[in-house]
Amino acid sequence: MSEQNVHPGMNLGYDGGEEEAEVKIFGFWAFVMSDLVTFGLVFAIFGTMAGSTAGGPGPEEVTDLTSVAIQTVLLLGSSFGFSWASLSMKYHPKSRWRTLGWLAVAATSALGFLVLEVVDFHHWTTIGAVPQRSGYLSALWALVGLHGLHVAGGLIWMAAMTGQILVFGLTDDIKSRVTRMGLYWHFLDVVWVGIFSMVFLAGVA
Amino acid sequence: MNALFGRLSWSELKLFETFTHGWSIDTLVAAGAAWAVVLGAVAVAGWLTWAGLWGRFWRDWLTSVDHKKIGIMYIVLGFVMMARGVAEGLVMRSHQATALGGGVLSEEHWAELFSTHGTIMIFFVAMPFITGFMNYLIPLQIGARDMAFPMLNQISLGLTATGAALTMISLVVGVFETGGWTAYPPFTGAAFDPGPGPDYWVWAIVLSGFGSMFSGINFAVTIYKMRAPGMTYMRMPVFTWTALCTSILLTFALPPLTVAGLMQALDRYLEFNFFTNDQGGNMMNYANLFWMFGHPEVYILVLPAYGIFSELTSTFAAKKLYGYESLVLATMSIAVISFAVWLHHFFTMGNSATVNVAFGIATMVIAVPTGVKVYVWMATLWGGRIRFTTPMYYMTGFFILFVVGGLSGIILANPAINWQVHNTQFIVAHFHNVLLPGLIFGIFAGIHIWFPKAFGFRLDERAGKITALLWIVGFCLTFLPLYVVGLMGYPRRSSAFDDPAFLPYMIVCLIGACMLAAAFTGLFVTLWISIRKRDELAVPMGDPWDGRTLEWATPAPPPHWNFAVIPHISERDAFAREKAEGRPYVLPERYVDIHLPPNTPAGMIVFVTTTAFGFAATWWIWWLAILAILVLVGWMIVHSFLDHPEVVIPAVEVRRATNVWIEAIELAGEGVTRDDEVSPKNRGYASTDMLVAS
Amino acid sequence: MSLKQKLLLDSKNAEEAAERRFYTIGLVLSIVLTVASFASVMTGLLPHGWALPALALLALAQIVVHLRIFLHIDLTRQKREDLQLLLFTILLLGMMAFGTLWIMADLEARMM
Repeated sequence: MSEQNVHPGMNLGYDGGEEEAEVKIFGFWAFVMSDLVTFGLVFAIFGTMAGSTAGGPGPEEVTDLTSVAIQTVLLLGSSFGFSWASLSMKYHPKSRWRTLGWLAVAATSALGFLVLEVVDFHHWTTIGAVPQRSGYLSALWALVGLHGLHVAGGLIWMAAMTGQILVFGLTDDIKSRVTRMGLYWHFLDVVWVGIFSMVFLAGVA
Repeated sequence: MNALFGRLSWSELKLFETFTHGWSIDTLVAAGAAWAVVLGAVAVAGWLTWAGLWGRFWRDWLTSVDHKKIGIMYIVLGFVMMARGVAEGLVMRSHQATALGGGVLSEEHWAELFSTHGTIMIFFVAMPFITGFMNYLIPLQIGARDMAFPMLNQISLGLTATGAALTMISLVVGVFETGGWTAYPPFTGAAFDPGPGPDYWVWAIVLSGFGSMFSGINFAVTIYKMRAPGMTYMRMPVFTWTALCTSILLTFALPPLTVAGLMQALDRYLEFNFFTNDQGGNMMNYANLFWMFGHPEVYILVLPAYGIFSELTSTFAAKKLYGYESLVLATMSIAVISFAVWLHHFFTMGNSATVNVAFGIATMVIAVPTGVKVYVWMATLWGGRIRFTTPMYYMTGFFILFVVGGLSGIILANPAINWQVHNTQFIVAHFHNVLLPGLIFGIFAGIHIWFPKAFGFRLDERAGKITALLWIVGFCLTFLPLYVVGLMGYPRRSSAFDDPAFLPYMIVCLIGACMLAAAFTGLFVTLWISIRKRDELAVPMGDPWDGRTLEWATPAPPPHWNFAVIPHISERDAFAREKAEGRPYVLPERYVDIHLPPNTPAGMIVFVTTTAFGFAATWWIWWLAILAILVLVGWMIVHSFLDHPEVVIPAVEVRRATNVWIEAIELAGEGVTRDDEVSPKNRGYASTDMLVAS
Repeated sequence: MSLKQKLLLDSKNAEEAAERRFYTIGLVLSIVLTVASFASVMTGLLPHGWALPALALLALAQIVVHLRIFLHIDLTRQKREDLQLLLFTILLLGMMAFGTLWIMADLEARMM
């Protein structure tokens, strides 16, 4: 059993706690799906409002493709760092610092993403592209902001988990939490793929 | 506006409205309602203190993660809120009976009443009722000890209670929203209504919505992963099937509501332009989002009631359910199609005929599986040995009235007709006609069936039957006349009318509303009589109705751990088969220690912090809102660092409890026959009336 | 170190290497697809009107890569429930999102 994956996300080599982990991870997967519907609907609302600029700044003015490209690389890097953390947890369960090191890479990278996003938001306010200006900007801020809030929440979670790893070590319970966090983190990537291609790139195409 | 109290001021307190706003029936009703809330809360708190029950209340109920107790608390919450909903209904009917050219209430007050009535009845009566039933029954029916996520279950209850608390607080402090339970902007937007009404609404709905979504996930995962060995999908009890479909709907239909509510909040608090009139806002998006939730919501509510009616017919006809497979299939099709019909709530929004027709056809299609169900129940009753108990009274009322309500729905599915009766009392008649007989009758029938399981004694049959008849007749008098005035052109939600022809109908409605109030009281009278006669009505052995599913194979009330050993299931209705073959109640060969999740204050912490947040956000008390969030997040982080040892029930304790129960059954000798079902001879050990083949 | 332990360690190392390779492939694929997406807009090489469909296809491909490699969704039996849940979600979301766009576009057309 422990050699097989019994749920989405990687199996981290449990020590008897597979079944409990399986239920929890499936439950979290259902939550992610519910969240996916939330994002999908905000996307749909953005779609209906894409033209409602009401004479204010449009996609041409707000899109800084260089910044978006760097953000994409940072987020992908964070996801990759997280995968590496999971792998060291699975194959080197004795050295928790190795796992924590990769988690730090993932967190730093995501933090860079957030900083750049905030810089973008700040830039938008300086050119008058505030959400109060038009329906299009409201939807843009809500969609990008919702994703950003998810990333920020993930960072808090990662910080808490770092503490838990230090306190408890790499127990089955912690492994299950890391797997769930991984689902969340990679899910946010999928959403970001939608945002950079359908909001930013499609906006200026 | 100040930093400490936001925009809250003494003038918002409604308790003294008769003095501050002048003496009138209108202010008397408002102040009276506020006092009822305050005095009710004080009375409950005072009684708990007087009886010295706070400790037990906290340990045994508020912090318990036992799904059975959480289920009961949901249903109690539903009844508390229903008392307010029914009272509001009565006040509204009184107003309408005097509404020819005026009415006793002010227009604002009237608008607030129909908005709170709708919000409360849907979100804080119907939802807690069905969630309570699913909580109580799912683990017992699938042979599990608890939900997949017991603590999350408690948190869901806390969030639901938050929404209910915010609507109750709005009765004392400030006003609630006045745009109906749907709260369409821009009427509820900041420009037209600066608050606090719509803010109360947004936070009550969004916060309790999270609770419902978590419930949905929890129930679905429980049913997917926690079934007893051998219980394949097609061996699950029908109620569990309907609960599964409802859970899936909860998981996927709540996000649109959350999105609509939070966008509304962004519009109101930060001047975003989602649903505003200008700056590229589009209010139609709101209607669209709201009903993407709103229509599946109808099925979220009614599917578990279908499940109850299915269990009911086969139990009280002593037959297996006719057409289990078609019922399951019908339930699943309803779950999917219910996501494809939402536009029928706004045919008049101005879409082209193509769009309207597509959704009209989808609406007619969804009536087919519902029709299948009605035939399944009829065929189950056909040729059965029917016992006409209180649940069957509700079932009969449901059968006739629900079909009428369903047919009026088919009429409304036609866009051309819908244009004629849109926004009239015809609609009010229609949805009360489906929700009251469909959902509420199902819940009350269910309470009569499972109350003995939960508390160990039956409810009095005579009082129950009188109450059921009052509900049925009261419903007909209150709501059927609305079809007529609706067709005559009486718009819904209008505080006055000027056509004298409506008046006689409105007086009939008022008489009906009084009967419904009596019927609601009848429920408590039934409870009171039954408590007094509880020794006579006791059914400790747990199977008073010759039941078919696993929950009846436990004592009443069931032990905390539900099952001494997890049963192995080899077929559908396994308990019925065991009884028919004369081999129920076998002592397990060996017992093991049972591990159960420990008590936790999580639900209460979530309840207190989110209520504080909702109240603070409504009144712009920013420090409190921030504090509440910090406390909640901080507590979650601290909680994740603590160790939570499970409660262990030793095997000897399980053996002792099981032996007591089995010995009582053996001492009873002969079980009770169905002829003596409602006599004191019924101690919950059934001499089965089922044939082996059934 | 006994031979058995050594063999076990070897197989474990081989497994680790395989998983690392798997993730690296995922990273390379997603970088390639991301670059292609940005290039299709930034270079202006694509004829007008082709960029949107190209973007949609590239995004879809990248999402599939992420699901397969980072979220470990595949067709094996243990994960069928997760796959079914994902497909069901996409069905419902498709109905809701497509319905929204259709309804609002239709309305927009009639308001013009």
